Amino acid sequence: MSRTPLPHHSHGPGDIELRVSRLEKLLVDKGLVDPAAMDALVDTYENRVGPRNGAHVVARAWTDENYRKRLLENATESIMELGYRGRQGEHMQVVENTSKVHNMVVCTLCSCYPWPVLGLPPTWYKASSYRARAVSEPRAVLAEFGVELAKDVEIRVWDSTAEIRYLVLPQRPVGTEDFNENELAKLVTRDSMIGVGVVQSPQS
Amino acid sequence: MMNSTHDLGGTHGHGPIDRSQAVDFSNDWERKIFGMTLACGMLGKWNLDESRHARETMKPGDYLNSSYYEHWLHGLEELLLAKGLISEQELNSGISENGEANRAVSVDRIPGILGKGAPASMKTDQKPGFHAGQAVRVRNFNPKSHTRAPRYIRGRQGVVVNHHGAHVFADQHAGTGEKIPMHLYCVRFEAEEVWGTEDAESRVALHLDLFEPYLDAVQ
Repeated sequence: MSRTPLPHHSHGPGDIELRVSRLEKLLVDKGLVDPAAMDALVDTYENRVGPRNGAHVVARAWTDENYRKRLLENATESIMELGYRGRQGEHMQVVENTSKVHNMVVCTLCSCYPWPVLGLPPTWYKASSYRARAVSEPRAVLAEFGVELAKDVEIRVWDSTAEIRYLVLPQRPVGTEDFNENELAKLVTRDSMIGVGVVQSPQS
Repeated sequence: MMNSTHDLGGTHGHGPIDRSQAVDFSNDWERKIFGMTLACGMLGKWNLDESRHARETMKPGDYLNSSYYEHWLHGLEELLLAKGLISEQELNSGISENGEANRAVSVDRIPGILGKGAPASMKTDQKPGFHAGQAVRVRNFNPKSHTRAPRYIRGRQGVVVNHHGAHVFADQHAGTGEKIPMHLYCVRFEAEEVWGTEDAESRVALHLDLFEPYLDAVQ
């Protein structure tokens, strides 16, 4: 981009609202954007695609050993088996937490995130603090999320610098031996699949 | 705009993680920016790497002082202007100056486009230069154009964990729009190598997906 910066920099909520609605009207008037398409895009990611998809994948992996193996070998296809695919999930990799290894995911350069399984990223994932600190002090960041790991647990941070998108397979909590896939899926949180949370036992 | 503010890894002073904000959109203008950006992206006039690059051209002070979707708005405006879809005058007035009938992506095409996505993998005759288990060092390079090699990793030594095959080379894709296949590797770096033994946390490893031209073999 060699253009000079735009003259109409605006800050403050009033300005941005005006700037956005003016651009929207312009794009619709010029036939560049179909308002119904805009609504459908927002609705898709605000209401239809979200962490319940990822929880389904995790719960399946916990209850089906063959699926777990396939998921770790070929995440994109295994996730597609459950119906989740497409934009920002074209190349998936699943990384598994164990008693010795804890994985967490970040995108330091922008905010890359596996949309088909987790939906859109939470605000903190996109903000400067998480993007700056997840790679340099992940233990301190995890502590702020209430996750205290033993000193001998290795932390693996995955910085999503290309088009591979990462999903953490959290550890199955104790006390869930009798739970079926649906019951397990309800326990799985978004944060645990980013790697900044652990899945809690149902009685705790 | 490679060494700019978007490249945040390892920078200090940002404070604690703020988890108080809403999950998806905190207001309607964020929804609109999201919807407009995706809808305009589907016109096929630019690619995802050009989008990222356009957001990165924000002035460093503005970037840090604005929210995520304001970065997107900046990027969208830049691209609409750069590709000649709107004029500067139209952007400032909000009034369309010609009646040309453009072809917006219609609502019925949205599920298909989202479901298909845009795979970045490509075939190549080129043999991969590195293999799993091999020691590599990230090159020290500072072009002013787009790259996906963060500053914090340049000059650091790691070990190739995995060869992902060839993917669209983002650096070129953001510049000319050309899709050139380039081998992509997952490389593991020990935190001590990256941050120094005094400041690194213990038992931490970083994994980055890096294109072959970013890497040199370590003898």
